[in-house]
Amino acid sequence: MNDMTPERDERAANLKGLGCSRKRVEDARFTQGKGNYVDDIKLPGMLHGDFVRSPYAHARVISVNKDAAMALPGVLAVLTAEDLSPLGLHWMPTLAGDKQMVLADGKVLFQGQEVAFVVAEDRYIAADAVELIEVEYEELPVLTDPFEALKSDVVLREDLAGQTEGAHGPRKHHNHIFTWEQGDEAATNQVMDNAEVVVTESMYYHRTHPCPLETCGSVASMDAVNGKLTLYGTFQAPHAIRTVVSLISGIEEHNIRVVSPDIGGGFGNKVGAYAGYVCSVVASIVTGRPVKWVEDRMENLMTTAFARDYWMTGKISATKEGKITGLHCQVTADHGGFDACADPTKFPAGFMNICTGSYDIPVAYLAVDGVYTNKAPGGVSYRCSFRVTEAVYFIERMIEVLAIELDMDAADLRRINFIKKEQFPYQSALGWEYDSGDYHRAWDKVMEAVDYEGLRKEQAERVEAFKRGETRTLMGIGLCHFTEIVGAGPVKNCDILGLGMFDSCEIRIHPTGSAIARLGTISQGQGHATTFAQILATEIGLPADSITIEEGDTDTAPYGLGTYGSRSTPVAGAATAMAGRKIRAKAQMIAAYLLEVHDNDVEFDVDRFVVKGAPERFKTMKEIAFASYNQAIPGLEPGLEAVSYYDPPNMTYPFGAYVCVMDIDVDTGVPEIRRFYALDDCGTRINPMIIEGQIHGGLTEAFAVALGQEIAYDKQGNVKNGTLMDFFLPTAWEVPNYETDHTVTPSPHHPIGAKGVGESPHVGGVPCFSNAVHDAFRPFGLKQTNMPHDHWRIWETANKLGLHD
Amino acid sequence: MTEKMQVKLNVNGEDREFLAEPRELLIYALREHLNITGPHVGCDTSHCGACTVTLNGKSVKSCTMFVAQANGAEVTTIEGLGNPATLHVLQENFREHHGLQCGFCTPGMITRASKLLEENPDPTEEEVRFGMAGNICRCTGYQNIVKSILAAANEMNSAKEAAE
Repeated sequence: MNDMTPERDERAANLKGLGCSRKRVEDARFTQGKGNYVDDIKLPGMLHGDFVRSPYAHARVISVNKDAAMALPGVLAVLTAEDLSPLGLHWMPTLAGDKQMVLADGKVLFQGQEVAFVVAEDRYIAADAVELIEVEYEELPVLTDPFEALKSDVVLREDLAGQTEGAHGPRKHHNHIFTWEQGDEAATNQVMDNAEVVVTESMYYHRTHPCPLETCGSVASMDAVNGKLTLYGTFQAPHAIRTVVSLISGIEEHNIRVVSPDIGGGFGNKVGAYAGYVCSVVASIVTGRPVKWVEDRMENLMTTAFARDYWMTGKISATKEGKITGLHCQVTADHGGFDACADPTKFPAGFMNICTGSYDIPVAYLAVDGVYTNKAPGGVSYRCSFRVTEAVYFIERMIEVLAIELDMDAADLRRINFIKKEQFPYQSALGWEYDSGDYHRAWDKVMEAVDYEGLRKEQAERVEAFKRGETRTLMGIGLCHFTEIVGAGPVKNCDILGLGMFDSCEIRIHPTGSAIARLGTISQGQGHATTFAQILATEIGLPADSITIEEGDTDTAPYGLGTYGSRSTPVAGAATAMAGRKIRAKAQMIAAYLLEVHDNDVEFDVDRFVVKGAPERFKTMKEIAFASYNQAIPGLEPGLEAVSYYDPPNMTYPFGAYVCVMDIDVDTGVPEIRRFYALDDCGTRINPMIIEGQIHGGLTEAFAVALGQEIAYDKQGNVKNGTLMDFFLPTAWEVPNYETDHTVTPSPHHPIGAKGVGESPHVGGVPCFSNAVHDAFRPFGLKQTNMPHDHWRIWETANKLGLHD
Repeated sequence: MTEKMQVKLNVNGEDREFLAEPRELLIYALREHLNITGPHVGCDTSHCGACTVTLNGKSVKSCTMFVAQANGAEVTTIEGLGNPATLHVLQENFREHHGLQCGFCTPGMITRASKLLEENPDPTEEEVRFGMAGNICRCTGYQNIVKSILAAANEMNSAKEAAE
């Protein structure tokens, strides 16, 4: 029955299932301005909240005078920590096992920290009232450098004074949070001591910010009559938010409805819980009216979750021929004033232990020290899965410096160290089991596509021409082979706040053969309403166009941990396929009954069950759906519904091979991307159009991070990039066109073999762009220079290398 | 609070009158007084273009104009470009070429693109990239936005040729 006939092909095509570049169902509302984002929500009698924020990075709050603000007509309330403390809500738990002030409790620890919350009739009055609140501060010494913080007598977290044990083990100093170690230190050191070649390099992966175009916000509405709280907001994990709100407010969970409406991009920024969410809830309880809080762009950049800020020192050993023998990685992680990283509980440095990358490295050791400083809290995965971007940047830079040391071509060095196809499933030295991969095939395909040898020849000629004074531009060839680890994750080792990281799907088939499926995830632009319907269409044989996908309303959707870390397809996508298979199993029994044969005598065929050997005898899924509602079938309940809670057996490991060709003007420091070739292997491809769109977008965010985007602080702890004037978001004018390609190595443990793709281009893109900059200057002796490679820093690099002499 | 003034706007072909404080920004007047929520606020500093509308024939960032300045103006927002029965060519092409993801920038993006194609009906890729540089998208990397706009220009030009 598996021969594809034209008739069968046509039936399959009508489903718009797996592999189809189906147009997005979301687009009708978005292109007509009918999206419904949090700031579009308007409830009767709704009030507006706004924060008084600290101008200082470290200070005692001596007093808060609300009088003038309270006297302003239209102001209903001004909340401070004092007002929240009787409710126990002046602090809240973070996702990392720490706690964080909701409103300043005696002191502030970073610039922009929330001090008071004003509630007023409209946003203008609220803003006026913020100006009228007088806060008296006493400045304290500021620590913005984590290495200094670890030596300083200044105690940042006085609330933790004397606590030598944190959520992740012993604390070595009052500004120290945790040490996280993976791998075998003694064995790694021994290999290093006896190695033919060892290279050490330090690099800083700078602090940046996910900066989705829509900032964070919430609308809380407490219905005092029924005791029900409804909370709309920019939540990448609405169910987890419901549980957290219940735990900290004491409102029973069934009395809380959390809704994520349309979300204007997340990229990790909307995973955590923010003071604004808590204050909008409290303000609604206090005033008895709905309260909206939407931050502005400065508040978003200065106070909500940042990304990266990892100081990484690596040591890599190899034979003279370039076979890597060991890897050592020491990280000092700047977590800001509170440890509000969004990582699974057992992984305080996320999946940084994927830092052995795509390479067969027999022994490795990783140690990460988390440190408090006077910077904003966060440490989220900005378009990546829990610190994978840092890990991949680290190993892809270490490979490059090793290539320099060995005087080898960096592509060849990668090739001889790749994990081989036959080694999968591969057990990494730092504890992961890579599920599948074919790195050599991907790499060779890309090298051929870009004519790598030809590029190197051209580059060598350019260097000669430069030395002869015939050109002022250099050419860089950036390489990257990345392995991601996504789809968190197996409940046995992945949880957030004790909530296992499974995900879910619930399907109802309607009598006329259309359906609704609800999931525990939430789209922020990924197109779930389109792609999850495609998974189901193939699984249950009903057209994707007849399947509604709904997410984000905790009153109706099954419990799930949300969308981040490329987990939606690996986890909720798997749940969708599994729930679909339950539907199909019941449909098979119904079909057999209708066709008057044994269950085992019918088989699934695209959109129907047919009698084996007699394809003219069949029942379509549409007919079966109707029968499930109108036939009394012995031994079967009426209806056709299924639910699946999927606990993945392993993570998935998407990978890719990228090449960037860049021309750099050494006199202006301006890099021009001439070509970017991206091959991604995300396993089974659900919707190629959407995959390509994700890759373009992720590469552009990588372009930004590598070439200019940062959140920097001065010594007083002032944020230097708090608006879009200073914080680099590329426009259509700067960014290149990308060429995309793929191989398909399905995940062996995922029901449909899919691995997730949204974050791969960011994870692989940052080192690729950065390596291109480094590569351009390699002939002149550059080994390592830190990102972001903005025009000034590139110019400075050229200058230090004497290229302006 | 300042004294409110009577504001008159012609929005998407319809005359609207309302009371507003002169200091109110046009974007909030549209979103909160008139319930026109297609244009969004992304930055407050006129960098991102999510609030783009057409005002008296020009692309304007409505987060950087007081409603008092806009008094008497003709304003077109995404809601005025097409309707469910007859979409604007740009709306169709953005969908066709996957020129959007989260959708937050899309109303401003399409509104700006519609003006760009009026100003320059047959742009090169470079001209589209330059002409759209006031509108930021965080999701798409622009490649498909550019493709959508060029495809829309082609379609509009073919339709014009066919009509002539």
